[in-house]
Amino acid sequence: MNGMMMTPVFLWTDIMIWVLFVLIVIGVRQIIKDPHKRNQWRSVFASRTSMVSILVLVMYFMIALIDSVHFKVDSSTETSNHKELVSVLDIGLEHLILNSERTYSAPFALQEYSSSVVYNEQGQVQQVYLPLKNVAKHIDMDPNLVAYDVLSQVAWAFMGTLGVLIFISIIHGYFYFKSLAENTVAVKEKSLPWGTAYVTLFIITLVSFSLYSLSFDYHVLGTNKVGEDVLYQSLKSIRTGVLIGGLTTVVMLPLALVLGISAGYFKGWIDDIIQYTYTTLNSIPGVLLIAAAVLVMQSIMSNHADWFGSTEERADMRLLFLIFILGMTSWTGLCRLLRAETLKISQIEYVTAAKAFGLKPFSIIRRHIFPNLMHLVLIALVLDFSGLVLAEAVLSYVGVGVDPTMPSWGNMINQARLEMAREPMVWWSLLSAFVFMFVLVLAANLFADRVQWVLNPRSKK
Amino acid sequence: MSESTVLSVKNLVLNIEENRLIDDISFEIKAAEIFALVGESGSGKSLTSLAIMRLLPEVINVNSGSIVLQDQNLFKVPEYQMQKVRGKQVAMIFQEPMTSLNPVMKVGDQVAEVLKLHLGLKNRAAKDKVVSLFEEVGIPDSATRYDWYPHQLSGGQKQRVMIAMALACEPDLLIADEPTTALDVTIQAQVLELLKSIRDQRGLSILFITHDMGVVYEMADTVAVMKKGKIVEQAEKQKFFNEASHPYTKQLLEDAVPKQSLKPQIDSTKLLEIDDLKVHFPIKKGLFQRTVGMVKAVDGVSLMIEKGQTLALVGESGSGKSTIGQAILKLVNTTEGKVSYVSDENEVNLTNLSQNQMKPLRKKIQVIFQDPFSALNPRMTISEIIREGIVSLKVGSQNRKDQDNRIDELLTQVGIEPSFKHRYPHEFSGGQRQRIGVARALAVEPELIICDEPTSALDVTVRAQVLKLLEDLQKQYQLSYLFITHDLSIIPTIAHKVAVLQNGKVVEQGTVEEIMHNPQQDYTKQLLSSAPELIRKVMFA
Amino acid sequence: MFAYIVRRLLFAVPILIGVNVITFALFFMVNTPDDMARAQLGAKQTTPEMIQSWKQDHGYDKPLFFNHNSTGLDKVSDTLFVQESLKLFTFDFGQSDSGRQISSDIYERMWPSLAIALPTFIIGLVTNIAIALLIVLFRGSTLDSITMGVAVAIMSISGLFYIIAGQVLFSKTWHWVPISGYADGIEGIKFLILPVFIGVFAGIGAGVRWYRSIFLEEITKDYVRTARAKGLSEIKVLFGHVLQNGLLPILTGVVVVIPTLFMGSLIMESFFGIPGLGSYTIDAIQSQDFGIVKAMVFLGSVLYIIGLILTDISYTYFDPRVKLS
Repeated sequence: MNGMMMTPVFLWTDIMIWVLFVLIVIGVRQIIKDPHKRNQWRSVFASRTSMVSILVLVMYFMIALIDSVHFKVDSSTETSNHKELVSVLDIGLEHLILNSERTYSAPFALQEYSSSVVYNEQGQVQQVYLPLKNVAKHIDMDPNLVAYDVLSQVAWAFMGTLGVLIFISIIHGYFYFKSLAENTVAVKEKSLPWGTAYVTLFIITLVSFSLYSLSFDYHVLGTNKVGEDVLYQSLKSIRTGVLIGGLTTVVMLPLALVLGISAGYFKGWIDDIIQYTYTTLNSIPGVLLIAAAVLVMQSIMSNHADWFGSTEERADMRLLFLIFILGMTSWTGLCRLLRAETLKISQIEYVTAAKAFGLKPFSIIRRHIFPNLMHLVLIALVLDFSGLVLAEAVLSYVGVGVDPTMPSWGNMINQARLEMAREPMVWWSLLSAFVFMFVLVLAANLFADRVQWVLNPRSKK
Repeated sequence: MSESTVLSVKNLVLNIEENRLIDDISFEIKAAEIFALVGESGSGKSLTSLAIMRLLPEVINVNSGSIVLQDQNLFKVPEYQMQKVRGKQVAMIFQEPMTSLNPVMKVGDQVAEVLKLHLGLKNRAAKDKVVSLFEEVGIPDSATRYDWYPHQLSGGQKQRVMIAMALACEPDLLIADEPTTALDVTIQAQVLELLKSIRDQRGLSILFITHDMGVVYEMADTVAVMKKGKIVEQAEKQKFFNEASHPYTKQLLEDAVPKQSLKPQIDSTKLLEIDDLKVHFPIKKGLFQRTVGMVKAVDGVSLMIEKGQTLALVGESGSGKSTIGQAILKLVNTTEGKVSYVSDENEVNLTNLSQNQMKPLRKKIQVIFQDPFSALNPRMTISEIIREGIVSLKVGSQNRKDQDNRIDELLTQVGIEPSFKHRYPHEFSGGQRQRIGVARALAVEPELIICDEPTSALDVTVRAQVLKLLEDLQKQYQLSYLFITHDLSIIPTIAHKVAVLQNGKVVEQGTVEEIMHNPQQDYTKQLLSSAPELIRKVMFA
Repeated sequence: MFAYIVRRLLFAVPILIGVNVITFALFFMVNTPDDMARAQLGAKQTTPEMIQSWKQDHGYDKPLFFNHNSTGLDKVSDTLFVQESLKLFTFDFGQSDSGRQISSDIYERMWPSLAIALPTFIIGLVTNIAIALLIVLFRGSTLDSITMGVAVAIMSISGLFYIIAGQVLFSKTWHWVPISGYADGIEGIKFLILPVFIGVFAGIGAGVRWYRSIFLEEITKDYVRTARAKGLSEIKVLFGHVLQNGLLPILTGVVVVIPTLFMGSLIMESFFGIPGLGSYTIDAIQSQDFGIVKAMVFLGSVLYIIGLILTDISYTYFDPRVKLS
């Protein structure tokens, strides 16, 4: 893409995910400052599974982040079929966009998956498996060399991974010894499972390096119906999944907090109104409310196509809307939880003490109630994440999920499902989507379990 | 092991990971003996009882030692055999009758379950047996009560059901783990009386676990004192109370028994006067939630507190004593009556004030609470907790540096190391937290502190220290206290005047001398006679 | 008891009105009667007169919320909102875009939905509770940790995967059961086995984890210690005491679902070609038939509210402490 005009573009969801990133950074800083919280979070990471999970989650989140820095490419200088809006991730994976094929091909295949009818030189009709256009050129597409080539590329990736890890461990060691030297009080902090962390990091890095290196010469996860690389699709879907999982609860958090705490603290008619509101919303079946809202939104969008600059922007608006409407259906649970907890906390004696000091309700909420609710909010955030990622797939299947043009695991499954009847089955697209989703959801679930166990004062330790 | 020994514990050691919880204890219980195991919280007395039942939590393991019940080494029998020991040979009753019964099962069935299990009684026979057991433990109308659920019974009756359950299979040994701690004094006296008469009739041995020296004096034949997993002293009752030798035991006895001297009566000026105070809460019922009645939590109470003096408000649970404190603080709405406070020579009626008008008076009236664990916000450091009132009520300098000095000063005063001020409440013990609570109230330089059962969750030694602290502060600052309590034994130590409360009404009030030595009303007399003998002996000497 | 039910039903009315306001706002504000008329008459050549007469035919010629032309109470009641809402309250859902009566469609399609949803619900509930009790019995053991690991894995896999994998394995590869379809009566069982099995299996992860945590919390309570001190074996403690008490919190989550079983499952029914309400809804969503979607929203809310009332009533039977007043 040398010599092209690139202007940065900020999609709404880009801004939101970066805001989320900044919030997480601020949150981490807060945790480090406060010894109590710091200790709690150390014991979150003291478990091996949560150490593995967080590294996997960070990996996904980072991919989503670099996929959320968009540029508009001045396509007048470019003749290829580039989309007009590209992200940093697209630039890194440019070869995957360019080396698309004609149709289906299996992972690491050298020829198309189904035979085509061609006329040979004699003019006879022949059923042949056409060779792929963009694979294994450096070994002249010799099937016998594929295994060797893959192994050697993985070996190189292994070396590279070792290098990276040694570099990381040197930095880690530097900070470790620095902290040892500066240690004043002999406070024994819980030790973290660094061994597990390094092994996980090693595996993640090795897989990434190998996949990246191999992706130049093969379709590692095959291609789909129109010949697009499945690896690229799966990676692009990460952003969608992370956005829906991470932002849905966040966007509705202020509403849930304000209403839940007000209902629990002020009681009386305020409580009645808020309870009425969430019972009403709750009584509408979630999928139907989402479906109805998305249908309505679709008709608005089709009536006002001129509101949106590009297909990407339209898809982005739809994603944003989906996040809000998912939030609408899910905030009621958190709101009810916060209300109940506020009711309980406002009976506790330290709140009575604050009242005896003449504190205004707002100060009491800010100083005494809100801090004692934070663990519920955090638990809800991590707990909802996995459910929302899974919900995206189902909604896209029903046709009320993200825009069909937007890469997402749900869309991948939906497209691949049509090919189920084909013999032999085209399995790689489906399986890639499921595996990518499974890894994210599993990591999120395991991490959520641990966070809940540590932060919930009621869990027995 | 002599003929009459029922239970013998030898060199018992319990560990959790590397920490020793029970450290080499040995004792023997003879037939028809009441053996009291006394100790403060965390001393390991309850663990010992669970070890006998082999019901220890899985994380705790038996390191060494043996427990022999009637020639049977309990650590050697297999679990299925042990199940035949539990409930049949050794039975147990617990501290919390409220939660110790299955809430969704009829109480009669819960007792019948033991009979069916161990004696193989059939439905009809089991039921008859349960009814007669209920009669024996003094549950009125026992045939009807059989079909009741635990929530329909009072605390004392629930404990009677537990006792019936324990007696059902005529065990050799009854373990009673703080069986009366959660009960009011009058009920406590009845339950203790019951246990004693059962011992006399049935000749069973009782391992009585308690922290209360008064109860020990009432019940025990033999006493063993535990401290940090060890038995520090063991003696026959008379010997124990007359010539305790271990310093810890002496301290315990001294703290448990009230000081004999009454406070001198001094004339003082009026600070707070409550006149015919009523606090009623509506009961709503029916299709449209009409108010069908009132819970009269406080029903026409008149009291007076004088400057520099302590008024003790005594009553059993549900008597409305805490509600009076909240009404003074304007944390509940008063239905009727007047609360007048003398502020700078002027008398102000608090009930008429808005929250804003009340604010200047809040620094004069402060409060300390019963539960040291819920009284402090777990998310604030203790310096933030103490500073809160200083800032909110604008007391003293509003300069942060000055406030820091003031906080240090307050912490020193209540006996907390000032350098701990950036720690969080969970890093302190119950007694320390109670001191922090006192410092928080003291920070705004109040004239009156409402003490809502501030010592009832504390061990006796800690209780004595906190009471001493309150007394010193009273002398130093001319503080007045409204001391809400159910514990008669501390009244001579702390109070100048006493008011006895029952069902939201004042039954009797007067000086400590008058109430203690010459009570006029039946309820007061009953309350006083329910106090353990050890306390009475000293109080009325 | 009776007074309580009456009161709850009265409380349900404002909630249903609220639901109607939401659906009405969603559909009529954006998709006005004019738009509907245009869509029905075909995009080309619609004159205002044609739209007007279509609206009159279908009863859409009234103002939305407030009728300026009427007097008194009619100002509010003689409006599209009130008219439409009243129709819903009598379960008259009108016609679908394809011209069929929605009410009778719903009645017909309810039963196939129930044929899958009810067995899935019952078998799932029993299985989950049984597994949860079993691992609570062996709590802290390797069996416990393995089961919990498997449970997390099961709930981390998309439900779509189970359906697709189930169809590929059991139908395409092994030909044990037909891949999809439906028949009434005994004939239908062979069509139901796979969806019910998949439904139960997909729910095991979340269900077992939830029930296990309930039982584990229950088992730390004082009355369990009493039961053990009586000499009851661990199994008798679990079944005689813990199960009873653990069922109470389970009731809250479970009873509310029972009426909504009529609604069927969108995904299951569409994959397995079951002519139930789930596939009815999904078809309506995909063909953008607002009338059906609106009817289903209303029906769903009614069933949910019935579920809430049933939950409260069931408590009076199972929990002696609760008396409705």
